[in-house]
Amino acid sequence: MTLLETLPLALLGGLFGLDVVSFPQIMISRPIVAATAAGAFIGNPPAGLLIGVVLEMIALDTLPFGAARYPEWGSAGVVGGALFASQPAGMPGALPASVLAALLTASISGWSMVVLRRLIASRLEHLRDQLEEGSRYALVSFHLSGMTMDLLRAALVTTLAMLIFAPIVKAIVAVWGSESATSRAVVVVVVAIVAGAALWKVFHSVRYVLWFLLAGLLAWTSILVTR
Amino acid sequence: MTAPVESTFGLPLRVKAAMFFRLLALQGSWNYETLNGTGLGFAMEPALTRLPGGRNGPAYRAALARQSRYFNTHPYLAGVAVGALSRAELEGVDPTRIERFRTALPGPLGSVGDRLVWASWLPFCSLVALGVYGAGGSPLAVVGTFLVLYNAGHFALRAWALHVGLSRGLNVASALGNPVLRRGPQYIACAAALVAGIALPLSLQRITGPGRALAGGIVATSLIGILLLAALRERAEGWRIALGVLAVFVLYSVLT
Repeated sequence: MTLLETLPLALLGGLFGLDVVSFPQIMISRPIVAATAAGAFIGNPPAGLLIGVVLEMIALDTLPFGAARYPEWGSAGVVGGALFASQPAGMPGALPASVLAALLTASISGWSMVVLRRLIASRLEHLRDQLEEGSRYALVSFHLSGMTMDLLRAALVTTLAMLIFAPIVKAIVAVWGSESATSRAVVVVVVAIVAGAALWKVFHSVRYVLWFLLAGLLAWTSILVTR
Repeated sequence: MTAPVESTFGLPLRVKAAMFFRLLALQGSWNYETLNGTGLGFAMEPALTRLPGGRNGPAYRAALARQSRYFNTHPYLAGVAVGALSRAELEGVDPTRIERFRTALPGPLGSVGDRLVWASWLPFCSLVALGVYGAGGSPLAVVGTFLVLYNAGHFALRAWALHVGLSRGLNVASALGNPVLRRGPQYIACAAALVAGIALPLSLQRITGPGRALAGGIVATSLIGILLLAALRERAEGWRIALGVLAVFVLYSVLT
C-alpha cells in the first residue's frame, strides 16, 4: 500500500479519531461503525462488519470513564476494517492478524492522545495571559487548534499504521500455519472472554441483573432450539 | 452589575443553537491542566456576547476569562453547567457565587453522566447492534441501528441538559434528581443484561461460522476465561490480555 493509497483512509481515520473525544462524540468512532465504514470503502462491507463486531466486543472493556486513559478505537477501527477487507476471502490468518494490528493501533493511538493533551496544555501556557484577559480570539483559536491537531493526530496514526501493518498482515496471511476452524475459534474465545468479563465488571453491582442475563440466555436457547 | 441584563428565556434561537452546536465540541481543547474548562468558555461565548458592551465590553471579557478556567464534567451533561452559568452571568450574579457553583457542580454531573451514558446507554446500544448482527443483519442495518438508537438518547440528553440549565439557572440541583438520571442506569443495565444474554451468543455463533466441530470447546473455554477474568476485576485489563494472547497465537501460527 502506497502513501497515496492510504490518504482516503487517513481522512476516514482522522474523522473517526476526532469523534472519540473532540467532536462530535456521536460514536462513529466505535469499531462496529469505523471498521464497517473502512470495509465499505475498500469494497467489502461484510468483512468490515465482521472485524468491527470482534473489536466492538473487545472495546466493551474500555469504556471512557472520566479522564481515564483508554485505547483509541476510531482510527484503530478504520485500520482493522481496511486490513481485513483487503485480504482474499477464506484466508485463515486474516482475522487474527488484522485484529492484532487493530489492537496495536488502538494502543498506540491512545498514547498519542496523551501526547496531544500535553501539547495542548503547553500551548495553554503561552496563551494564559490572553485567556485571563478574556480574549475571544485567543480562546476560539486555542480551541479550534486543539480540534485540528486531534484530526491530524488520528489521520497520522491511521497512515502510519496502514503503511506498517498492511505488508506485515499480508506476509502473515501468506505463511499462516494454523487451521481455519482453530484460527476462528481462538478469536471467538478471546472476544467472548473479554466481552463477558467486561459486562460483568460494569453490571455486577446492579440488583437483579443476573436474572435478566439468565432470561436472555434462556431466550437464546429457545432461538437455538427452534431454528 | 446587579440587575438582570436580559431574560435567558429571551435568548434568540440562533444563540441557543450556537451554544448547542459548540457543546458538541466541548472537549476540543481537552488538556491535563484545565480539562474541559476552555471548552466550557467556548460553548458559553455566544450567550456572553449579550452582556453590556458586547464582545468588547469589560463584562464580556471578565465572564469569558472566568468561565474558561479549570472545569471537568461529563460532556453530554455539560449543557446543564453551560446553561446555568450563562444565565447567572447574564443576570449579573456575584462572581463569588458563580465560582462556588462552578466548584460544586462538576462532581455530581460527572458521576451521573458516567453511570447513565458510559456505563449503561453505550454498552446497551452496542449490545443491541451486536444482536442485530447475530440475527443476520446487513452492515447497514447493524450500523444504522447502533447510530440511530445511540444518538436518539445522546441528543435528547444534551438538549434536556441545556434547556434545564438555561431555565433554572443556578437552581439546577433539583433537576439532577430527575427519575431518568436516578433510576435510568439501573433499568438500562437490566435491559442490557437481557440483550447480552441473547446478543453475545448469537453474534459469536455468526463469527464462528457454519462449522460446529469446536463449539463445545469454545463454550467451555470461554466460560472458564470469563470467570477468571471477572475474578481479577480491576487488576487485569481484558483488551491487553486479548492483545497478548493474539500476539502469541499469530507468532505460533507463523512459525509452525
